[in-house]
Amino acid sequence: MNLTLKVWRQNGAEDKGRIVEYKISDISPDMSFLEMMDVLNGQLIDKGDNPVSFDHDCREGICGSCSMYINGEPHGPENLITTCQLHMRSFKDGDTIYIEPWRAAAFPVIKDLVVDRSAFDAIIQVGGYVSVNTSGNTQDANAIPIPKADADSAFDAATCIGCGACVATCKNSSAMLFTSAKISHLAHLPQGKVEAKERALNMVAKMDELGFGNCTNTGDCEVQCPKGISLDNIALMNREFLGASLKSEK
Amino acid sequence: MTKLFDNIPEGPLVDKWTKYKADAKLVNPSNRRNIDVIVVGTGLAGASAAASLGEMGFNVKSFCFQDSPRRAHSIAAQGGINAAKNYQNDGDSTYRLFYDTIKGGDYRSREANVYRLAEVSTNIIDQCVAQGVPFAREYGGLLDNRSFGGVQVQRTFYAKGQTGQQLLIGAYQALSRQISKGSVTMHNRHEMMDIVKVDGKARGIIARNLITGEIERHSAHAVVIASGGYGNVFFLSTNAMGSNCTASWKSYKSGALFGNPCYVQIHPTCIPVSGDHQSKLTLMSESLRNDGRIWVPKKKEDAQAIANGEKTALDIPEEDRDYYLERKYPAFGNLVPRDVASRAAKERCDAGFGVSKTGQAVFLDFSDAIKRMGKDVVAARYGNLFQMYEKIAAENPYELPMKIYPAVHYTMGGVWVDYNLQTTVPGLFAAGEANFSDHGANRLGASALMQGLADGYFVLPYTISNYLADDIRTEKISTESAEFEKAEKAVKERLDFFINNKGTKSVDYFHKKLGKIIWENCGMARNKEDLENAIKEVKELREEFWKDLRVPGVQNGLNQELEKAGRVADFIELGELMCYDALDRQESCGGHFREEYQTPEGEAMRNDEDYTYVAAWEYKGENETPELHKEDLTYENIELKQRSYK
Ligand SMILES: Cc1cc2nc3c(=O)[nH]c(=O)nc-3n(C[C@H](O)[C@H](O)[C@H](O)COP(=O)(O)OP(=O)(O)OC[C@H]3O[C@@H](n4cnc5c(N)ncnc54)[C@H](O)[C@@H]3O)c2cc1C
Ligand code: SF4
Ligand code: FES
Repeated sequence: MNLTLKVWRQNGAEDKGRIVEYKISDISPDMSFLEMMDVLNGQLIDKGDNPVSFDHDCREGICGSCSMYINGEPHGPENLITTCQLHMRSFKDGDTIYIEPWRAAAFPVIKDLVVDRSAFDAIIQVGGYVSVNTSGNTQDANAIPIPKADADSAFDAATCIGCGACVATCKNSSAMLFTSAKISHLAHLPQGKVEAKERALNMVAKMDELGFGNCTNTGDCEVQCPKGISLDNIALMNREFLGASLKSEK
Repeated sequence: MTKLFDNIPEGPLVDKWTKYKADAKLVNPSNRRNIDVIVVGTGLAGASAAASLGEMGFNVKSFCFQDSPRRAHSIAAQGGINAAKNYQNDGDSTYRLFYDTIKGGDYRSREANVYRLAEVSTNIIDQCVAQGVPFAREYGGLLDNRSFGGVQVQRTFYAKGQTGQQLLIGAYQALSRQISKGSVTMHNRHEMMDIVKVDGKARGIIARNLITGEIERHSAHAVVIASGGYGNVFFLSTNAMGSNCTASWKSYKSGALFGNPCYVQIHPTCIPVSGDHQSKLTLMSESLRNDGRIWVPKKKEDAQAIANGEKTALDIPEEDRDYYLERKYPAFGNLVPRDVASRAAKERCDAGFGVSKTGQAVFLDFSDAIKRMGKDVVAARYGNLFQMYEKIAAENPYELPMKIYPAVHYTMGGVWVDYNLQTTVPGLFAAGEANFSDHGANRLGASALMQGLADGYFVLPYTISNYLADDIRTEKISTESAEFEKAEKAVKERLDFFINNKGTKSVDYFHKKLGKIIWENCGMARNKEDLENAIKEVKELREEFWKDLRVPGVQNGLNQELEKAGRVADFIELGELMCYDALDRQESCGGHFREEYQTPEGEAMRNDEDYTYVAAWEYKGENETPELHKEDLTYENIELKQRSYK
């Protein structure tokens, strides 16, 4: 396939940035999208230009590193996959493809397609855990049976990979889906219930402080989330949060 | 000359660790906060170590090259984690897990370490459940288990096909808790570039801030390397793209010995290579072998017809299918250990029965499982893996069998450590896949996650305290010393060299070439002549690399080509060491298969008389041949046998 790529180039946080056009040929439909980017970078290096910087590591949809906005959608046109799982067979010969970074105030661009997502770590740090020490001297793992349905719901929420597509797609740059996934993961388990209310309060407060926007229930995040994290988590979080706010007012 | 002391405590096997813990020296809590510990890596081993040490009150500095500790390569582990809980009441015990691990490792690991691993395995599950790791459960609400290769009990705990993710998130959350308390300082997007030794002890590292390019000095009373394995020597592997050997390699060059570098695990079930553009290979979890059956056609014409696209698997009648693992190994069938399964696939494909254009693929078939359990049950167990396969291969595995082929997956070799997980450099520890310690010549499935968490949560907290107890009077280590100065200068010079070299070939060009040399000569089958040639070729490649490398861009800013250049420079040197080691080991064992040493049936033939040792290599300087030290392995509790899975 022959393609025209329109790629966001930005040389550092201070640079204004611009779209640059590249032609690329002989792309096999079996290539992954990132392998296509490797080919582009190979060409740029051979010409003595600077290759396009982009985050990636596992290349199998689990580390959450890759983060490209492709033709106006985070992780590209297919649903339920990350950019690294996208294959060129999803495009046609002659296509023009726009490739841009995540855009959100809380995710400043570092270079080209690389953004700073450390705000997500900061949200987890204020309570996205169970406060238990790592001595191993807890009770036996089977001491508390957990209904399979609860364990499964916890697991589903816990599969969030922290990629940030939900924020990137949201017109308010809200981090509700990400934050609620963690709150919901832990609230579904007896081990996490004890701190559930306080956790919700702290994480939501941090989210606001870091410059993520409000949720207006547009639902784009759920559609674009590569892991299918459900909006139900946001509802659960709102319940926890409301309960917690009422309590803390007392 | 460096001397090897395994420092295994005296006494009966079952009491060693208990006794060690009882006798270990402690650091008084008020002294701990004056003691700094550096942990390089935030995978299962590093994150669990940093969280635990932080919790104990040490002042921990943690490093990873990704933008968040949560993205360490451990996140990609799929199938599960072993523990001798015996919840299934199928006769499991600490001893059996110990025995299976030693046997699976083809009798090339250290009894005392492996026993300790089996012993603490049960604590891992308790700990993780307490942290909120959502393991799979049965309808009664209790934890579920599955079987993995090379064993006959069900002891593998799992969270669908995302066990590594869930365990790492658990460790990451424990780490985050310590970060918020201030006991751990996190350095994301930092690459460790060298170890700094002062008066013979590890006292810090030089790191590069990957965003600004700044070269930083960090000092500590002890340094832990938990930087993962070196499978990416081969260019193509199931490891994440950034996985690298730099931290281990710098440890080696600063005096730590490197153990068994030639022991590499080639995983039997990966998605085959599709073309030259390939950047990495994708694993299909071993858990699939619980229900999937592996086969190739009995007739070469059928294999050819499938390869040409004239037939599909569905056109081959049952009686013309060769379920070769079930045929050759009736006792274990599709669940033989990885090394055995991989070699068997290679043997069939080399004999002309491969089922893809490249001739390098066999079938992994779920049709019987779907008939037996229904599609829903299969989907519940393996749904995400099937989806992953379909995305890459563009075929629906519910309808057509998967095509798979072995690929580089894990490195049993690594930095040599004693019972304390301390290297031969005092104060330098190595944990997780970065050390060589527990898996001998072949690792059993679901045992790497177990080892990583055992090292970090349960072993290092004791052994590091024990070491640091003698160091409480040492003040904060200054970064102004001549040693730091010198190390920093060397790092800067190397980076400047890369940038200013302005050759004609990209880093990937060299990496791919290296991968090809090592895969062909030091991969699934090795022999003397090939290995000797490979050493020559790697030396030539190294020369060419330093002459003709082109790294665009600048040092002082984000430069991913520059990052890769340093990693590949180290891989090239390690590749050479792997060949020396494979050449030295004139036997076949586990993942190391020397064609000259096989049984008449083509199975690995060990030579216990001469090779029951750990090969620990010492760096002797640029362009010098490394020196081999041997740590003799003594088996007091297990009788050495030829492994049989028939
Ligand atoms: C696809 C796949 C599936 C697997 N499935 C299983 C399974 O089901 N069960 C099982 O038991 N095992 C499995 N394994 C093996 C297992 O995942 C790994 O062996 C294990 O996770 C390694 O953990 P680790 O903590 O040692 O290192 P890693 O998780 O590799 O972490 C390395 C860390 O070191 C950091 N680092 C590396 N170099 C530097 C440097 N120079 N400077 C700074 N930081 C650095 C990285 O940033 C990272 O944080 C699987 C492996 C793969 C590839
Ligand atoms: S909720 Fe979905 S889109 Fe948002 S960070 Fe998690 S995985 Fe990514
Ligand atoms: S590179 Fe890991 S999710 Fe895409």
